[in-house]
Amino acid sequence: MKKTYILEDLDCAHCAAKIEEAVGKLEGVSKSTVTLLTQKLVIEVEDDKAKSIYKDIEKIVKKFEPDVEVIEK
Amino acid sequence: MSKKLKKRIKRVVIGAVVYLAAVLFQRIFGTLQWFCHLTVFLAAYLIIGGDVVKNALRNMGKGQIFDENFLMTIATVGAFFVGDYPEAVAVMLFYQVGECFQSYAVGKSRKSITALMDIRPDYANVFREGEWVEADPDEVLVGDSILVRPGERIPLDGVIEKGNSSLDTMALTGESIPRDVSEGDEVISGCVNKNGVLEITVSKPYGESTVARILDLVENASSKKAKAENFITKFAKYYTPVVVICAALLAVIPPLLLGGGWSDWIYRALSFLVISCPCALVISIPLSFFGGLGGASKEGILIKGSNYLEALADTEVVVMDKTGTLTKGNFAVSKAVLSKEAKENGIVPVKAEDISEKAEAGSTEAGSTEASGTEAVLLQLAAYAESFSNHPISKSLLVAYGKTVDTSLITNAEEIAGHGVVVKIGNREILAGNEKLLTSRGIAFEEADEAGTLIYVAEGNCYLGYILIEDEIKQDAAKAIKDLKESGVKKIVMLTGDHRKVAKKVAETLSLTSYYAELLPGDKVSKVEELFAEKSAKGKLAFVGDGINDAPVLARADIGIAMGGLGSDAAIEAADVVIMTDEPSKLARAMKISRKTLVIVKQNIVFAIGIKVLVLLLAAAGMASMWAAVFADVGVAVIAILNAMRALKA
Repeated sequence: MKKTYILEDLDCAHCAAKIEEAVGKLEGVSKSTVTLLTQKLVIEVEDDKAKSIYKDIEKIVKKFEPDVEVIEK
Repeated sequence: MSKKLKKRIKRVVIGAVVYLAAVLFQRIFGTLQWFCHLTVFLAAYLIIGGDVVKNALRNMGKGQIFDENFLMTIATVGAFFVGDYPEAVAVMLFYQVGECFQSYAVGKSRKSITALMDIRPDYANVFREGEWVEADPDEVLVGDSILVRPGERIPLDGVIEKGNSSLDTMALTGESIPRDVSEGDEVISGCVNKNGVLEITVSKPYGESTVARILDLVENASSKKAKAENFITKFAKYYTPVVVICAALLAVIPPLLLGGGWSDWIYRALSFLVISCPCALVISIPLSFFGGLGGASKEGILIKGSNYLEALADTEVVVMDKTGTLTKGNFAVSKAVLSKEAKENGIVPVKAEDISEKAEAGSTEAGSTEASGTEAVLLQLAAYAESFSNHPISKSLLVAYGKTVDTSLITNAEEIAGHGVVVKIGNREILAGNEKLLTSRGIAFEEADEAGTLIYVAEGNCYLGYILIEDEIKQDAAKAIKDLKESGVKKIVMLTGDHRKVAKKVAETLSLTSYYAELLPGDKVSKVEELFAEKSAKGKLAFVGDGINDAPVLARADIGIAMGGLGSDAAIEAADVVIMTDEPSKLARAMKISRKTLVIVKQNIVFAIGIKVLVLLLAAAGMASMWAAVFADVGVAVIAILNAMRALKA
């Protein structure tokens, strides 16, 4: 299923690319796109992983950009 | 402005004041020990760049080297070590000022672009348990009634149950003239209701409504990246490490070879570190594309990815479908022509007396009324004859006639499939249909040499004339072709399943390069293949269709463009570009926007890389200070961002 997260205060293009790559490598995620300009992360994830994936995403985002808040949509 | 940015600005301002104080302190008490000065400057430095140093240390702990914070910290701490205290602080100060500018500019552009796409409805007024309640559009079901008050946005696609109003479709189509709607009309979500209260029966769930589809399309557009964007990503990946390695070599090798002057070479190396961040490119290039996509969507042109925006600029061949693209796809009477006999003898209009016995004799007498013998009478007869038929052609006859048909006059009507209709009005027998109808009745007539659909009209055994019905060419079709040619499209080809004669006429009127008529849907793909073989390797082939039956061609072309695609799911699916209005001239607009965007992208790439390389060379030669290096980093980024924003204003 498709899930969208808002990455609040994301303003570094480098980090956006790194987050995109790292989230894409998570288990169960088949596609990951970060758009810096809309501050959005859109992923394609297996249905049974959809709930638990938030924590993993937050961990990744905090690693690259500690000031960015991940908001589930 | 975000809170984070405000806080940052505050700190930078305070830091700047402390910095100035420190400079004055140094001037006045120049004789004091070096560590006194160092303490004052270090205080200013930590106020201004404390967060940068903190982030650098933290990221280093996580194995993130080569990030901006780290590089800036090394550069400025290095400057402290070689004894350039004021410069160390100044570099950090300007870096921070530039970052604030950058953050502000990106935030502002983001806002202006997303404002364009702000068509998402926040709520829907739904009728539940006897009253109107506000609900999430997502929760509204097909068949529910929703209420849209003036000033509100239509949240879901549906049909008007009650009320009439005019709708502002600006955000969807770029069209500024409001559209009038009334009961029974289909309305699409995303339009703003301007004056009347509308009650609408929902016909599609939110997820399939126009608004959701468009937003989905726009949001996913940035995932399809242009070549220029991929180039920048790759460039950035190698640029930073290469510059950092150069800096390291520059700090060590020349002093070893030439001997001495360590601090001078280290200073030069530190300038390298300041320039080593590729921010200007990494931010401004996607921003330019995003601006271009936003600018296009403002005009009702949805482009599904930066790659298509890039391809549009190189369009060499445009293949167009005829019906629905160049022509309106509706049929209108373009002329009525009387036969020789009818001209000589005149023809008689249908009158109320036709069904009374008295008038019978009179009606056979030529020229008994004023209106007889004119083309208008021919049209009247045809309209009466066709008044019982549901065929689209009958409808256009009735529209052209313009007056109401008194159907009570018609005593008998017979529709002969594939031929036409025969009606009786009193004793009169009126025939209207194609040449087969007249031939089967043995009526002598002359076949007309016209491009279009012909309706032959006869009374009894006497041929009266024909009416020509043509698909109208769209008003802006000629302009569209002219604009395309001017913007460098070499070939404009029309494909149609219609008759050769009709195709020829349209092609000649619009002065197209060539046309292919009487094609089956499958033939269209093979024609496009042929055109592919003929074009140059770099040029792109765009296909424009209305999305009905041409999905395979839309998919085969370099750029598949669907027109008036708001209604058709298949078109939005298959196309790379969706033009939301019916105007073919938007295609030239789309090309213009894409070209402008690409010019901006190129300017930014050349400008940013050019300045960086120049300053690197000057710094290596000892001719550029760290100030110049800061400009090459953040100054260039800010200028590139401002330039990128021009893409939005198409």
